Amino acid sequence: MPHRQSLSTLGQMLRRREIGSEELVHHFADRIDKQQDLNAFITVDTDYALQQARTADQLLAGRNPPPLAGLPIAHKDIFCTQGMLTTCGSKMLANFLSPYDATVVRRLQSAGAVTLGKTNMDEFAMGSSSETSHFGPVHNPWNRDRVPGGSSGGSAAAVAARLVSAATGTDTGGSIRQPASFCGLTGLKPTYGRVSRYGMVAYASSLDQGGPITQTAEDAALMLQTMAGFDARDSTSLDAPVPDYAASLKQKIEGLRIGLVSEFFDPSLDPDINAHVREALSELEKLGAKLIDVSLPNSAAGIPCYYVIAPAEASSNLSRFDGVRYGHRSESYADLQALYENTRAEGFGAEVKRRILVGTYALSAGYYEAYYLKAQQVRRRIADDFSQALTVCDVLVGPTTPTTAFLLGEKTTDPVSMYLDDIFTITVNLAGLPALSLPVGFDPSGLPIGMQVIGNYLDEGTLLAIGHRFQEVTDWHLRVPGEVA
Amino acid sequence: MTDWETVIGLEVHVQLNTKSKIFSPTATTYGAPANTQASAVDLALPGVLPVINREAVVKAICFGMAVGGTIESYSIFARKNYFYPDLPKGYQISQFELPIVSGGSIRFEVGDTHHETRLVRAHLEEDAGKSVHDAFGRLSGIDLNRAGTPLLEVVTEPDMRSPAEAVAYLRTLHTLVRYLDICDGNLEEGSFRCDANVSIRPHGQTTLGTRTELKNINSFRFVEQALDYEIDRQIAVVESGGAIAQETRLYDADQGHTRPMRSKEEAHDYRYFPDPDLPPLLIGDDLLKEASAALPELPDNRQARFVNEYGLTVAQSRQLTRDRDLADFFESAVIAAAGDPFGVANWMGGEMAAALNRDQCTLKDAPITPVMLGNLVVLMNNGTISGRIAKTVFDAMWQGDGSAQEIVDLRGLTQISDSDALEKTVEEVLNQCPSQVAQYQAGQTKVLGFLVGQVMKMTEGKANPQKVNDILKRHLAD
Repeated sequence: MPHRQSLSTLGQMLRRREIGSEELVHHFADRIDKQQDLNAFITVDTDYALQQARTADQLLAGRNPPPLAGLPIAHKDIFCTQGMLTTCGSKMLANFLSPYDATVVRRLQSAGAVTLGKTNMDEFAMGSSSETSHFGPVHNPWNRDRVPGGSSGGSAAAVAARLVSAATGTDTGGSIRQPASFCGLTGLKPTYGRVSRYGMVAYASSLDQGGPITQTAEDAALMLQTMAGFDARDSTSLDAPVPDYAASLKQKIEGLRIGLVSEFFDPSLDPDINAHVREALSELEKLGAKLIDVSLPNSAAGIPCYYVIAPAEASSNLSRFDGVRYGHRSESYADLQALYENTRAEGFGAEVKRRILVGTYALSAGYYEAYYLKAQQVRRRIADDFSQALTVCDVLVGPTTPTTAFLLGEKTTDPVSMYLDDIFTITVNLAGLPALSLPVGFDPSGLPIGMQVIGNYLDEGTLLAIGHRFQEVTDWHLRVPGEVA
Repeated sequence: MTDWETVIGLEVHVQLNTKSKIFSPTATTYGAPANTQASAVDLALPGVLPVINREAVVKAICFGMAVGGTIESYSIFARKNYFYPDLPKGYQISQFELPIVSGGSIRFEVGDTHHETRLVRAHLEEDAGKSVHDAFGRLSGIDLNRAGTPLLEVVTEPDMRSPAEAVAYLRTLHTLVRYLDICDGNLEEGSFRCDANVSIRPHGQTTLGTRTELKNINSFRFVEQALDYEIDRQIAVVESGGAIAQETRLYDADQGHTRPMRSKEEAHDYRYFPDPDLPPLLIGDDLLKEASAALPELPDNRQARFVNEYGLTVAQSRQLTRDRDLADFFESAVIAAAGDPFGVANWMGGEMAAALNRDQCTLKDAPITPVMLGNLVVLMNNGTISGRIAKTVFDAMWQGDGSAQEIVDLRGLTQISDSDALEKTVEEVLNQCPSQVAQYQAGQTKVLGFLVGQVMKMTEGKANPQKVNDILKRHLAD
């Protein structure tokens, strides 16, 4: 049962030639085929994957195969891939074939990873449930009536159902961590600038960050090792050395100061989530970590701040989808104005339109100071809160989400309640810090619970070490939905 | 009748002559087939990102240094949002609140009066593509070759008081940017484009009148015409009791008038905000040093030096320094001419200028190099050839027949300075022209010129005119 193995274990099996990449591709392609009801994928290209697998098998037969040689992965459909559609979950790009590969895609490919397909997502990454996709909602493998979270819900569902060993995601306000939490997975949002954004369709440029969704922290380290690093094509990418994350996993956590963010443990927090996160914290204490109470006083401003900045940037980023050069173009238009209006009215879904409207409003003359500029000031305060807290502790913790996976359709008519699901994750993006979500238990209905660990800038290593040490002494990450077993 | 004063401010888009675009590595060569110089970034494909071109930054700094502006150590790229088919991203990346250069000024002359126009700022931005109408029936074409070409927008204070000043400012700016080698200055190709803000007010009034903005002016002549028209129009409106509407007007060169742009074309809220894809532009010592090193001697300084160092007149040195190529040519030629600035200046102002003009040729493409011209001057100065022969040699060099020395040798054009040979010819001429000899001796000394001419004719111009003069005078005095 190779799909029960982690990415790291499969990598070792491939290297020892206990299994071949081609065989793995067949195995996973078969699983994808049998679980189409999850709607985790938008595009699957088995022939292309097999071709890559055969190349990988040759590399594996030789000396020093690249680090990810032969490992089947999937990309969130926000990463541009040459030769495979890149839809971003939108009708606007339903037939878009990128002439170039995103830097993340190119790096993973050069490291030998085999791309099985592209995963479903909220349209243009706008959503927390993977229900806004033009290609229909994604279902949670733990309970098909429930959402997998979003916007990287397709990637999370695919890894949770073991349709693939690991997948890429992007996180603008929680879009890696929240679905990882809802699906019982490990999800890492790296420091802003750690992973290149080149070729990642932009939603909110100052917040977007790519990262891995995996079964374990060890797998996350393996993926990040290849994904991270300076890219001259992305002016916001950080020109800092990439540490050896495999070595980071072995970092000691004895004496590590863990800050409990009081705002994240509000009395209204779901008692099951509270109990499991606290239980996980006791495990970390047993491993030698020290718990400290800290406060992020401006946390409550996170959601409104985000919902000014992100839509403002989005309203501008999505202007390029005008029907002129690529993507959807309306069939009916009498003049240029109608071409724009009809193309965008037809090509974008309701949530995307909502955010474009909000963002356009926030940037408009007369409102810019009151909204956009004010939000930037608030953002600064939020980041300062984190810096302050991180002077007295090494990492910060709290639950990843205020609830476990909600029902499909439960929040689609109430956008604000949907937005509030990102309450614990969103401030991290505003500050640009790295954060890891780890599975720490299940609620009484069997839905996974996640704990978020937030680190200092470029300190992904410490987060991975905490995750790895925790996973050495717990088995939450080994639990799988019924069908997988 | 009110005595009206005109107030003009100009915004010039200077296209920077960088090798690649401002935010992508695509080449910027003019005139390539449509859309062949448009990469993924220029096409604004999903996922692409801008990266600032260092060369464009250095050129902007050079400009700031040349005009005495402040080079801002921290400036911001902003997005100017609007939809247009030739604007692929749906926004233009420009600098809004914090430009790379603040202040500075440009000095120029109108006739004998000195003027100085203060600059508000100079900022970096990208050009849009081009919409091609009329070529595809009822459809429009888009050519994105120009999209992303770097521009430096130079904005003045409303310091100019007449169209003549505006044109003089533009010419000076045009000279400067070519001098700095930051712009090719090609007006036809749109490398130097001007928008003008113009208003009128009664003389003595200190507040500004309502201005109109004139767009789409692409030659110095049109600037003057457009401003003249617009000023007359504004005066007519105000004098007939009307008010000037603050609006953007297009200059129509064919009709020779300005007309308001449709309000729809104007009614934009550009929703400027800092581009989150580009970190603040930080200018440190390395960039400043690079720009200083690239900064040539400025036209004003060079003109003064030409007067001091070469002893040229102000008029001569102004003429020679109005263009960097011209001044460079001059200085190289002077070296080759063994340090004779006057000889070189005379040739450059005379034969050279005429030939360039006649053949519509630029100095860089001219068949005669500075060394060739300098050597010609040397051959003249050392008596190898006469001035008349030198003109023949110049023409031959222009035709590509070789260096001056080669032509002189090949055609046997060396001046005859040998006294014995000249004595003979002079005697011959005197024998042939007894009446002129008689006239001379009767006091009509003007005929000497005729006699010299006869000697030159017999020697095919090769005789040393001074020697001929001397010998003739001696013989005639006998």
